Amino acid sequence: MILEILSGLLILAGLFLFASGTLGLLRLPDFYCRMHATGKCDTLGALFALLGLAVYHGFSPVSLKILFIVVFIFLANPTATHAIGRAALVNRVQPWTKESSSNAPSVASSEEEEK
Amino acid sequence: MNDFFLGMSLALGLLVLVCLYRGVGGPGFLNRLVAINVIGTKIVVILATMGFIYQRIDMFVDISLVYALLNFIGTLTAAKYLERRGMV
Repeated sequence: MILEILSGLLILAGLFLFASGTLGLLRLPDFYCRMHATGKCDTLGALFALLGLAVYHGFSPVSLKILFIVVFIFLANPTATHAIGRAALVNRVQPWTKESSSNAPSVASSEEEEK
Repeated sequence: MNDFFLGMSLALGLLVLVCLYRGVGGPGFLNRLVAINVIGTKIVVILATMGFIYQRIDMFVDISLVYALLNFIGTLTAAKYLERRGMV
């Protein structure tokens, strides 16, 4: 009974992290910001959810395999995120700044007015 | 507990559908790549949960492991291609 409550709490924590990562993917302004949100929230969310499933199942070879998936995701997901970010940086994708989004049209229009 | 797993996998499927908005309409190739990576991680958890729903966790955990491997390799291959060849 205690193990079921513990696994439920772990799974709910994982679902919360997944939901916040998805919110960041939808709402943040730039590609780099979205990657920053999803790269961490998804890794920790998968860790919590799969750990909750392993705790519910008890000690067996199957739960050892689930723990192996956890370790693999914990190694592979930051590596994939880093590779995507490096590809963007090599191709000179400019990061979002406050000036480039909000002030750029006003600056351009003021320059046109000066001309 | 079975209903709890069913609700959990339904919530994750809803999150996948929300992520698919960025995956289909996101501006540029890189946003789609990030969205596909996120969806793959969620699918791994959904597959492991489906094993508990159908009482066949010994089979579904292998499928989940292979899906995690393929997701990692696919994302890494697309990122390396972009790094070498430039933005499509």
